[in-house]
Amino acid sequence: MKVESTRSPARGGCEPLSLRLYVAGEAPNSAAAIRNLAILFPGGKASGQPVEIEIVDLLREPLRGLLDGVVLSPTLVRLAPPPVRRVVGNLSNHEAVLLALGIVP
Amino acid sequence: MGVKVAPDRLQTFVPGLDALTDGGLPRGRTTLIVGGPGCGKTILALQVLVEGARRAREPGIFVAFEERAREIVKDAGAFGWDLPRLQKDRLFFLDAHLDSSTVHGGAFDLAGLLAGLSAKARQLGARRIVFDGIDKLLAHLDDPAAERLELLRLHQWLYESGLSGIITAKAEQVDPRRSPRYGFLQYLADCVVLLQHRLVDTVASRHFQILKYRGANASCNEFPMVLSDRGIEIARYAADSLDHEVSTERISSGVPDLDAMLGGGYFRGASVLISGAPGTAKSTLAAEFADAACRRRENTLFVSFDEGSAQIVRNLHSVGVRLDRHLKSGRLHIHSTNARARTAEEHLLQIRSLVESHHSRCLVIDPLSALTGTVGGLEARSNLERFIALERNLNITTLATSLLEGFSEAHETATSAGVSTLVDTWIHLSYVIQGGERNRALTIVKSRGMGHSNQVRELLLTDRGPSLSDVYTAGGAVLMGTLRWEREEQERAARLQEGRAFEERQRVTGDSVADLSSRMEALRRERDERERDLKRMRQARTGDIGTGATRLGEIGRMRRGRANPPGSGPAKRPPRKP
Repeated sequence: MKVESTRSPARGGCEPLSLRLYVAGEAPNSAAAIRNLAILFPGGKASGQPVEIEIVDLLREPLRGLLDGVVLSPTLVRLAPPPVRRVVGNLSNHEAVLLALGIVP
Repeated sequence: MGVKVAPDRLQTFVPGLDALTDGGLPRGRTTLIVGGPGCGKTILALQVLVEGARRAREPGIFVAFEERAREIVKDAGAFGWDLPRLQKDRLFFLDAHLDSSTVHGGAFDLAGLLAGLSAKARQLGARRIVFDGIDKLLAHLDDPAAERLELLRLHQWLYESGLSGIITAKAEQVDPRRSPRYGFLQYLADCVVLLQHRLVDTVASRHFQILKYRGANASCNEFPMVLSDRGIEIARYAADSLDHEVSTERISSGVPDLDAMLGGGYFRGASVLISGAPGTAKSTLAAEFADAACRRRENTLFVSFDEGSAQIVRNLHSVGVRLDRHLKSGRLHIHSTNARARTAEEHLLQIRSLVESHHSRCLVIDPLSALTGTVGGLEARSNLERFIALERNLNITTLATSLLEGFSEAHETATSAGVSTLVDTWIHLSYVIQGGERNRALTIVKSRGMGHSNQVRELLLTDRGPSLSDVYTAGGAVLMGTLRWEREEQERAARLQEGRAFEERQRVTGDSVADLSSRMEALRRERDERERDLKRMRQARTGDIGTGATRLGEIGRMRRGRANPPGSGPAKRPPRKP
């Protein structure tokens, strides 16, 4: 489950939401984060707009986390639109996650 | 976990630490360093990592939770650690600093980090790893159960990785041992080190203590720790071992008279203390010692807590000690420093590094009180012990001066500081007031392993340097100065008078001997005369008898007859002539 992304053309004037989730294999918090992401963005969409999501498994690419400065797993990074934002944890606090990503529920 | 087998040691190369722990921290296990803010946790952990990479060629990883990794690398430059070079192949710094803008979106763990570190450790061949500021990470977890879980995970990971781990954690300054968070952490760690930082007499002083060392009998005492420009050093007590090389070689004190009193000079490698009131020429004797050492071509370090280098040279020049030439040749190094600028420990370490870099064989500390006096009474003795241990370890001859007023007080003060039992030779200088004069007196209070003079001498400062006047005792008192001069004059006059009387007696007796001799000569002549007379008288008598007989013979021949002695019968008729 390295990459599970959904691509769609950008909406006029607004950059599409691009996310990267760092997980540690099947670790409980990581598995929970993937589940929560599916709940937060049903059908890979946020507010009707497609969301680009990349999932990086640190157990498979262990050095990647060190390079990207990811200390805690899971970590969700908003790559676009800028600025880069980080959310750590299993994303169970939906409200906080959406707020951090700049999505108004 | 919990197996009580003495683990291999991880050599730390932190001065003092390996000796204290009988070889180092536990290898392949976890060591926890706890302490308040600014007590040196990060530096100590980093030093173990850096020295391991440098001197044991063991690559290492530094995980920085609290500070930015690049700041740590920059700060380390102050200790002369060339981290950029080591970072090429032996050290890896991970910036695990958690951004304050990071949003908490639920529970998290260290699984990903540890997976990354495993890969990095394999890639680098790492043997050592530091997790600096674990408290920052735990604060983010914000849940005691999660904290425990992650600490267990970390511990398990360290155990399986075979790396020697060091975890640092900030603890409440009050009593970090009672904090529940660290209770668990301490339980997990095989070795727990507590660092403390407190003020003693307005001078910051650092302390190192091992709270726990599983499977080893490490000293749990508190040891002074110093942060110098070479990193952390831990001071050991002299009591570790009293064995040190002893020498029977004598070296000059710089004052020939004093050498004579000591029976040849100080022992090489000995510690000499010169105590005395202000102005009793302690510094001058110290300088003479330094001068003599330099003239023997021995590098000498002169540590002054009183005056600057130029001032010392000028003042000593006036009493005939010329140190400028030794300074110029580099044989003498004068280190002037303010006693209160650092802790006694820091002074000691600075002196040690100077001795090492200068290859000094002789050391002068003027005055020693600067080292023992900055801290309170209890620490004074241990400071002195450490100073003497240091000096013995370096196998250098040390002369220290100490400001002490009267002798009885000196005795008391010095004894409480342990001087009497610690130094090898103790010389005390005092003022003796007699006849309205203050004169300097020198006494050898003790001198281990050598026969020495017990007499008090007068110390004279001349423009050719100090000298000791021979003992002048009169009526059981040692006389000095003018009194001594007066007494000497009196005696000299008495001796002169006595000499004259003797000459007179000698002359009179000589005269009478001469008189008697001449009379004896006259008598002898008279006696000889008489003897000659006697002889003549005897000769005259024998001459008369002899003459008569001859005549008779002559008559007989003339008559051609036998000369008959008178009365011997009728004379024969001479034969007829044909």
